[in-house]
Amino acid sequence: MRALAYDGLALTGRQLRRVRNSPGLAVLTQMMPINMLLFFGYVFGSALAMPGREYRAFLVPGLLAATAAGGLMTGMFQAAADTHRGVSDRLRTLPVSRAAVPLGQAVADLVVTAVGTVPLLLVALAVGWRIEGPAPEAAGAVGLLLLFRFACTCAGVWLGLLTRSEEAAGQLGAASFVLPLLSDAYIPTDHLPGWLRTLAEWNPISAVTTALRDLFGNAPVPRGAAWPVAHPVAGSLGWSLVLIAVFLPLAVRRHSRGE
Amino acid sequence: MTTTYAVLSEGLEKRFGGTHALRGLDLAVARGTVCGLLGPNGAGKTTAVRLLTTLLRPDAGSARIAGHDLVREAAAVRSLIAVTGQYASVDGDLTGRENLRLFARLHRVRGPAARADELLERFGLTGTADRKASACSGGMRRRLDLAASLVRRPEVLFLDEPTTGLDPASRGDIRQAVRELAADGTTVLLTTQYLEEADQLADDIALMDRGRIAHTGSPAELKALIGSYAEAVVAHADALGTAAAVLDRLTGREPAFDRERTAVGVLTTDPTLTLPRLVRELDAAGVPLLDASLRPPTLDDVFLRLTGTRAEAGTGTGAAAGRAAGTTEEHAA
Repeated sequence: MRALAYDGLALTGRQLRRVRNSPGLAVLTQMMPINMLLFFGYVFGSALAMPGREYRAFLVPGLLAATAAGGLMTGMFQAAADTHRGVSDRLRTLPVSRAAVPLGQAVADLVVTAVGTVPLLLVALAVGWRIEGPAPEAAGAVGLLLLFRFACTCAGVWLGLLTRSEEAAGQLGAASFVLPLLSDAYIPTDHLPGWLRTLAEWNPISAVTTALRDLFGNAPVPRGAAWPVAHPVAGSLGWSLVLIAVFLPLAVRRHSRGE
Repeated sequence: MTTTYAVLSEGLEKRFGGTHALRGLDLAVARGTVCGLLGPNGAGKTTAVRLLTTLLRPDAGSARIAGHDLVREAAAVRSLIAVTGQYASVDGDLTGRENLRLFARLHRVRGPAARADELLERFGLTGTADRKASACSGGMRRRLDLAASLVRRPEVLFLDEPTTGLDPASRGDIRQAVRELAADGTTVLLTTQYLEEADQLADDIALMDRGRIAHTGSPAELKALIGSYAEAVVAHADALGTAAAVLDRLTGREPAFDRERTAVGVLTTDPTLTLPRLVRELDAAGVPLLDASLRPPTLDDVFLRLTGTRAEAGTGTGAAAGRAAGTTEEHAA
């Protein structure tokens, strides 16, 4: 356990140094939701029945959840790059705890995400989003968001180790852009046709988005939604823990076996 | 623990889908020696190294590395070995210094920063220590890879094609480093498709062919086994037949033609065949001789003789470039 903590810390440091040495990709990744907030918030917002400011306040939790889901893409890309470039193999020949490599990556990712989300929140405040609920609930929202990011990164790391190719990871990553589109991140789901609504509401991003809207006090929990959205905090926790329980062991196993 | 062999494998097998990459690898590398695993691409060298360094699990067979079972004591094996290869690389997004510090930390070296500086100095990397590894030249990067393997002195160092793709000067640097390590008593297993590299560095050479060790011996033993290569270069192609007949008579073996160079040659183990005698016999037969030689066989000859295939077979440009570079070095020497 101590060895895992020591190795994990050293490898977390490695990932953070990588981002510091080549910040380009991280900066671009973090700018994406800001662009979307401005684009969706003003272009789509003006076409919706909801007043513009209200839509932007509705949109911000959705973008936060979608950004957290981006851990899938980031995790996949980094793991695929490490495998492709032989860094994973180098690490695998060292007397390093097997879980430390995927864990170090996921923990470093949390730090980068936490810092990288600050500009998004500042822009959100500038366009009219506010924390309208009590502080402890808002803190809970942040915790939930980070937990979900961690879960998505774990799934991404496993996929990245599976694909082993940066190109394939890039393609899959681009495809993962549609995941938040099939959720209530950008639009309310209650106007969707029945089957599509069910699909969207069982999307983990929907539970997290709804939980954030609820905890930040931005929008009430929609009535008549599927269970994870109707009970968004339990739904978000449940989704995150299930994803971690499935993909973290898979990622560790994949890393240690290497084939 | 004292064991005679740093690497001892029996019947290691590995399949990838339908490909039988290793078909029973039996390899013994004595402690403190340099073993050259030599063979063309596809012979199974890299698979062998990946198995012996715990990166892959064998489908069958067993091995002990520095006295520890490869599969059951994989963690112990990892703490005693180091690997440098084309596939096991340092992190290109980190600087040289950051890489060495990271690996020193992961190896639980006391004073990782000081150790990193020491290695940067030793491998002449101080000037580029704070540049991203991916921005360094191939030669520097390979030296950094090697340095990263030495943050803590390994019992057994595996080098998978350590000089492939390097210019002659960088290749010389790496070879010098390997010689120094061997002199310090580190066991080295290196794979190479450069025949002259194995010849220069290795105490023992294991020739690999189609997933097995085809032959093992010291470079000198292998050469003695093959003998010398007698060759005659003649003035015009019409004389090749006569020259070949002379060589055939002298050695009892069928000579091989090199029509581009209007040359004909044959391997011989006959100690009575000296260069003066060779020249006299050819001259007496009326061969218009331009050049005659009786040289030690190259490992290429060895490979051809022992496995029945050319070492370059299937290796493509890599081996060709290696040979060309090797020739350059011989001229320089």
